[in-house]
Amino acid sequence: MHLTLKDGTKIQGIPFGAECDAAGEVVFNTGMVGYPEAFTDPSYTGQILVLTYPLIGNYGIPQESARTTMPSALFESDRIHISGLIVSEYCQEHSHPQARETLSAWLTNANIPALQGIDTRALTQKLREKGTMLGRIEHTPSSKPFYDPNLHNLAQEVSCKKIITYSPSLQSKGTILVVDCGVKNAIIRNILMRGYRVLRVPWDVPVTLEQMEDVQGVLISNGPGDPIKAGKTIAFVKSIIEKKKKIPLLGICLGNQILALATGAKTYKLPYGHRSQNQPVMELSSKRAFVTTQNHGFAVRDKTLAKGWSVWFKNLNDATVEGIRHNRYPWISVQFHPEATPGPVDTQWVFNEFLDHIK
Amino acid sequence: MPSSYKKILLLGSGALKIGEAGEFDYSGSQAIKALKEEGKHVIVVNPNIATYQTSKGLADTVYFVPVNPHFVKKVIEKEKPDAILLSFGGQTALNCGMALYEQGVIVDQLSKQKNKPRILGTPAEAIQKTEDREIFVKTLKKINLLCAKSKAVKTVSQALNAATHIGYPVIIRSAYSLGGQGSAFARHQKELEELAATALTNAPQILVEEDLTGWKEIEYEVMRDKANNCITVCNMENFDPMGVHTGESIVVAPSQTLTNKEYHELRAIAIQLIQHLGIIGECNIQYALKPTKNPEDPLEYRIIEVNARLSRSSALASKATGYPLAFVAAKLALGYTLPELKNAVTQTTSAFFEPALDYIVVKMPRWDLDKFKNVERSIGSQMKSVGEVMAIGRSFEEALQKASRMLGLDQSGLLASYHRLKKKYPDLKLINGSYSRDKKLIELIKNPNEHRLLAITEALKQGISPQQITNWSKIDQWFIEKIKNITDQMKILESKKALSPQLVQTAKWLGFSDKQIAILRNTKESLITRYRHTNAIHPTINHIDTLAAEYPSKTNYLYLTYPRIATQSHGAKTKRSSKKILLLGSGVYRIGSSVEFDWCGVTTAQLLRSMGYTVVVINNNPETVSTDYDMADTLYFDELDFETVKEIYRTEQPMGMIVSMGGQIPNNIALQCKKAGMRILGTSPQSIDRAEDRYKFSQLLHALDIDQPQWKELSTLSAALAFAEAVRYPVLIRPSYVLSGAAMNVAFNDLDLKEYLQEATFISPEHPIVMTKFIVGAREIEIDAVAHNGTVLADIISEHIENAGVHSGDATIVCPPQKIYIETLRKIKVITRKIAHALNICGPFNIQFLAKDNDIKVIECNLRASRSFPFVSKVTGVNLVELATHAIMNHTKNLTPPNINIFDIQHIGVKAPQFSFSRLKGADPVLSVEMASTGEVGAIGADIESAYLKSILSTGFNLPTKGVLISLGGELNKIKFLESALSLVSAGFKLYATHHTARYLEENGMEVKRLHKLHEMPQEPNIKTKMLKREIDLVISINDFDYKKSVKTGSFEVDDDYQLRRTAVDLNVPILTDVQTARLFVRAISQYTLNDLDIHSWDEYLKNIPHIS
Repeated sequence: MHLTLKDGTKIQGIPFGAECDAAGEVVFNTGMVGYPEAFTDPSYTGQILVLTYPLIGNYGIPQESARTTMPSALFESDRIHISGLIVSEYCQEHSHPQARETLSAWLTNANIPALQGIDTRALTQKLREKGTMLGRIEHTPSSKPFYDPNLHNLAQEVSCKKIITYSPSLQSKGTILVVDCGVKNAIIRNILMRGYRVLRVPWDVPVTLEQMEDVQGVLISNGPGDPIKAGKTIAFVKSIIEKKKKIPLLGICLGNQILALATGAKTYKLPYGHRSQNQPVMELSSKRAFVTTQNHGFAVRDKTLAKGWSVWFKNLNDATVEGIRHNRYPWISVQFHPEATPGPVDTQWVFNEFLDHIK
Repeated sequence: MPSSYKKILLLGSGALKIGEAGEFDYSGSQAIKALKEEGKHVIVVNPNIATYQTSKGLADTVYFVPVNPHFVKKVIEKEKPDAILLSFGGQTALNCGMALYEQGVIVDQLSKQKNKPRILGTPAEAIQKTEDREIFVKTLKKINLLCAKSKAVKTVSQALNAATHIGYPVIIRSAYSLGGQGSAFARHQKELEELAATALTNAPQILVEEDLTGWKEIEYEVMRDKANNCITVCNMENFDPMGVHTGESIVVAPSQTLTNKEYHELRAIAIQLIQHLGIIGECNIQYALKPTKNPEDPLEYRIIEVNARLSRSSALASKATGYPLAFVAAKLALGYTLPELKNAVTQTTSAFFEPALDYIVVKMPRWDLDKFKNVERSIGSQMKSVGEVMAIGRSFEEALQKASRMLGLDQSGLLASYHRLKKKYPDLKLINGSYSRDKKLIELIKNPNEHRLLAITEALKQGISPQQITNWSKIDQWFIEKIKNITDQMKILESKKALSPQLVQTAKWLGFSDKQIAILRNTKESLITRYRHTNAIHPTINHIDTLAAEYPSKTNYLYLTYPRIATQSHGAKTKRSSKKILLLGSGVYRIGSSVEFDWCGVTTAQLLRSMGYTVVVINNNPETVSTDYDMADTLYFDELDFETVKEIYRTEQPMGMIVSMGGQIPNNIALQCKKAGMRILGTSPQSIDRAEDRYKFSQLLHALDIDQPQWKELSTLSAALAFAEAVRYPVLIRPSYVLSGAAMNVAFNDLDLKEYLQEATFISPEHPIVMTKFIVGAREIEIDAVAHNGTVLADIISEHIENAGVHSGDATIVCPPQKIYIETLRKIKVITRKIAHALNICGPFNIQFLAKDNDIKVIECNLRASRSFPFVSKVTGVNLVELATHAIMNHTKNLTPPNINIFDIQHIGVKAPQFSFSRLKGADPVLSVEMASTGEVGAIGADIESAYLKSILSTGFNLPTKGVLISLGGELNKIKFLESALSLVSAGFKLYATHHTARYLEENGMEVKRLHKLHEMPQEPNIKTKMLKREIDLVISINDFDYKKSVKTGSFEVDDDYQLRRTAVDLNVPILTDVQTARLFVRAISQYTLNDLDIHSWDEYLKNIPHIS
């Protein structure tokens, strides 16, 4: 069993999970906890994920106690989104009272292949030096061809197909339109727990004007792939910006890039992206710094920001744009994940800031 | 922006003791570096003379005086610093600082009071909130955070009420605790009554708390700057659940069994609390956690405590992640914010980030309980361990196995589970190859103790299920399953299955050493190594880079690891250098080897680096300065065994290796390394062997016509008995290659001899036992010296206060000597030259002598730096380690012998041992040939009395003001102490004694208050009552030297002496047990009061020596 990279590198591994092949973009994440949340994050669509923490599966996979209409608190979507998994060691003997099945069984049921026994540190160093690469997990000699997810409109693939509404447990304060480009459950939960109704719509936003009447804020979600591919979402955001200047906007991750593109700024692909739970960002006006969860391969180029927009957050490690905001209108956007899961919850206040704009 | 304070005082932690060890040399040293980088004038108060932080080139001014309010206040009056740092010297510095704050000597930064030193970093007000349990609990309540149900009480009856309210069992703790001292479990009212009474004698207030035994114990290390930016540098999970002090636990970083929710909610709580408290710098927060069954339930956690200072855990976190916590904390105290600082490891990314680990770290404590007779052996909420190691691996099994070997207890690590358990608990029953659930084994798993890991290993080997072990121990099954992977692999290796490259690879991945594989395969280590190398199975060298390879790192902080599948890549590339030196560190701190050897190693590394060498250090002790990210060009945080050293040597290809600066561990493998083709710099390993091997050494002395106590190599018991008969008891029995008297003992009779012999053979079967006549009543003299190619370059002589019979590590040492005949000095120097010449010594060495009149005998010789090197170097201003390094490196230009004449030295240095008996319940605080001290201090004075007084005060000794209890065993001791007793009377002390001593003192005209013995309670007046009432505030209890003889016979008299000593320790009454030190003490207090003691900095003393100025 091998992981084969586009540059010809072949690395032997020991299989677990499903016995099948997979192809995708090989990316690494340095987070140390939160694999059930991470693997179900739709932003990983089309990617073979390498985890740098060497022991994975330690606490098994939990299960919801009962089915509710609320978005899950344990998983970020209703299925696993990674195409394949590469770890140093899969921990078969998990231990946690919440565990209901092993990581391997969970992957098997979802038909996701995985390899262990791989020097993930050496692999990560390669990806760091050469940039993310296409790769294949090969069980069979005649394997799948290489697959580049960034050539596809992945938001369309992972987005909900029809409109879903969620109501908060208490009296609703209003409605937030969440454009689902691959939205994580935690984003929806964060809106709900602040007392707002969520109108979750597909990436191309097939909403009527009447439906928009009630909407008091628009959130453009995270999601996988190259933001340029999400043309219809960009067009929708553009229309909001042009016509409805009072409506607060919040972009998260891919949503940040889409918002930037809608205003005329440019995005670009980072050599190996930011995928971790320890990315330091600074809020430039207050000089306050925060530790954030990140999962993105593209970024907004600061020099291309349109007039009226400023960089809101900057990455303290490599100075990339971590958020933008409009100087006059209630439009804010972050490249990191304020909803966390997995990762630190230090920036959940971003949701407050967004909702505070609703008058 | 940093603050404008120019002159900053930093408080150290004093001697190493249980609960407060080398980690504070690391934190203090880093802090000083951070301050010096900002151009601050730094003053350090620390009587721990063996520390790196009190070395030349670090702080501007050093005071070797006690870290207590009296002395620090005097230093403040003299130096007038602008600011003070309290959080880098452990609980000692924090307590001292808080006392000074309460006295109004120092103030918080925002205070309006002028001309007083300001407390940098966390304000005193915030510290109070964490230190006073009552305020702490209130604070948590205010922000809706949970802590264990608890109640602060001031009397025993209040304690009982609180316990009724909370429900038994309860734990009691004392505020301002240190290493958990004064905390214990009470299962019922009777236990609580007793415990509360004891605890309340040491603290005005204690805490009765909900028992969380069995919950997981989790820690976070948090940093906060003045702008409220917060990060958690590391989280850690204790292998041992709640109930075992974190210092006594195996600790794993990062946490292994926490879900995202658990990990990040605890992290968020930590940040919330730290922001609320207003900590500036570093702090540690400990939690108890009970994972809920339902993932949607709220987290079941309790906050145990917050340490608003650098701690043992923060040192561990720093070494585990590569994040220089103390350095950054010092910068934050100066007013920087985290985003303004750079990550020192990558040098490009920000210091505001949280390290991502791509490896597993296991910390394991080391206990030396075998050295203490009568000590209570259970492990619990009080700390008893004396050191720790940290191992790094890519699998948990690898890290755990490495750690178990690093402890230096048995190189076969977990493999030795059977032998070590069987030796300790002979009644463990093996029935048909299994223990059949032996009750003793179950007990060892159930109740925390130093052998628990071995017991678990053994149980797994016997087929007991991990689940069962978890039920017994409450240790998370995750850990037990991992140990089972190790025992399963043991079985595979033991089976007849042929060795295959894959089998060896898997074994290496699971952390087996070549030696362990060899033991299991019943073959030689060298054959396994050869097989491994033939099949190209080599370790990968990985960086600890703080970011899991996300960014390249600039520093070389490395460890070895074996992949599961053989790969071509072998990790980090080594720096090429033609001037590369491999320097072996000292490994785990234990009784007999601690910070002094780290000082030697660091001093050597710094000198070599300043001369353009590339220095590669190997060490595995997280409490050290030598394992700081910037102390060497390359640091391997790894094992100090032959296999690892060989692999590193093979990779690094140094010009040679230095083995003489790290104490006994490197010394022990010198010969093996040499035989394997490695180049040992300095004294040849053959010479080292001739000095270490008792038999060879005794022969050498004989050949050189140097006198030594009568000796004989011993092979059978009958021969031993015959020898003892011939030379007359007592005799000293010891195997070779010992440090700190391990397995060394004195036999007073045939019975002793038989018993000790068995013990000694078990500990070191490969080396023969040598027996020597034990000479009583002689003076002991030491020489620390440096030679180059057999010629002595420098030697410094010191004398012991105690007579021979007390281990040199426990002795009070005076330098330069005050009471030695010139002829003795001359003879010692001649002998030293002879030995240096005969062994062709090239580097540091130490010889110990016995002197009776002018009759000189050699008792020991170590061809390495000794424990006293930092002390004598600092007292005389001659850095023996630097000179030795030049000798080792053959720097002929730097070999000018220093021109020291001891008559030119206008001051005297006294090194005093620090004991930790109060933490070792039951241990007899009497001095013997077995070393018992956990640390030492060194003070300087104009005469021996003042130096001694400063020195003993530095160990936490309180001067008596009221009454002295005197108990003198034997006629000789009575005569010897008579004059001192008279001095006590004329100094106005009230004397107390029991019948024999009382009669003797009365006969000599003294007024004595007769007391009943302890066992005569409740008959009054009784010793205990007087101690409890603090009417007795000093105990002088001196036994006949051969009192041990009567211990065996179980005489009532002796039992009473032990009880007296132990009670004094338990009730925190200072005690002296040696007649020589007691006499010196009385002389000193008759001459000086606290206020008379001079406050001079180290430099002020040194400048009076002609060769220095």
